[in-house]
Amino acid sequence: MKEIALNILDIVENSVSAGSRNIWITIRESERENEIVVSVGDDGPGIPADILQNVADPFITSRTTRKVGLGLPLLKYHAEAAGGYVEVESHTGKGTFVKAVFVKNHLDRQPLGDITGTLKVICRIDNVDFFFSYTTDKGDFNLSSAEVRTYLGVQSLNNQALLRGIGDMVRNNLEEISAEGADLSRNDG
Amino acid sequence: MTKVKTLADLKKMRDQMQQGLSIREKADDPDSRVRVKVAMATCGIASGAKQIMEFFAEQLDRRNIDGIVVQTGCMGYCYAEPTVEVTIPGQDPVVFGYVDEKKADEIIEKYIKTGELVDGIIPVNYETIDSKE
Repeated sequence: MKEIALNILDIVENSVSAGSRNIWITIRESERENEIVVSVGDDGPGIPADILQNVADPFITSRTTRKVGLGLPLLKYHAEAAGGYVEVESHTGKGTFVKAVFVKNHLDRQPLGDITGTLKVICRIDNVDFFFSYTTDKGDFNLSSAEVRTYLGVQSLNNQALLRGIGDMVRNNLEEISAEGADLSRNDG
Repeated sequence: MTKVKTLADLKKMRDQMQQGLSIREKADDPDSRVRVKVAMATCGIASGAKQIMEFFAEQLDRRNIDGIVVQTGCMGYCYAEPTVEVTIPGQDPVVFGYVDEKKADEIIEKYIKTGELVDGIIPVNYETIDSKE
């Protein structure tokens, strides 16, 4: 994984395949506290206690298509490489909460990367509502997929013209509160 | 066009394009559309599946192909990520491996537009751990 945005996407995909209906994604970037805190919470079935104990072990996975599970171990690796840590809390039947903390100015911290692109991918998933919140010292930006659907009166956001608009909206808002979050170095239109 | 910053801007943008959108939405029968499934598990994401998904979605739209791009979990072909499953209406799905933008372009131009098969297909008899057990 080259970017924090990709790690977020990966963790969210886990929540989606676990059958969650609601997913909360928060990013808190603080110059003052010199940290970036990313969290993904869901209302899925939770991680069974025996797996939760070994959740950072790459050879423990609940899947059967292959015998390794690298999502959380990679996130943990990247967070720890940047002077941070990962916490996983899970309650069977209630949901799972993953939090990763990165030291912002750490030399080995990954760039935040293409948060906008990650959100566009997540928006394509129907049947799941997600709530996104990005907070910095300058302000915050919030987006709820259910709210967007209701406001526009559409069932699905999986429409390229619409997603282009959503992407612009996210980037234009992030631009005001975080140069890194808006990923201004990227120019993919 | 004005900058999209709020939901109201987004709605305005959508209303402006309503013409184009409504034609699309009428063809809502999923069986009549080309389906592109991008494997989006850790292996796929680490190999660039996100860009490939965006590429397919953007290019199908630009080339006026009535298709829908969705994501799926790991199909067990981690060695060949990014992998993409393309289903042309009325035909069996075909899985392509090692898809980069160049390959994606070839898949759209040749397989999706004309039905001509291109290199990089993962045969259906490939066995995953799951199917062996």
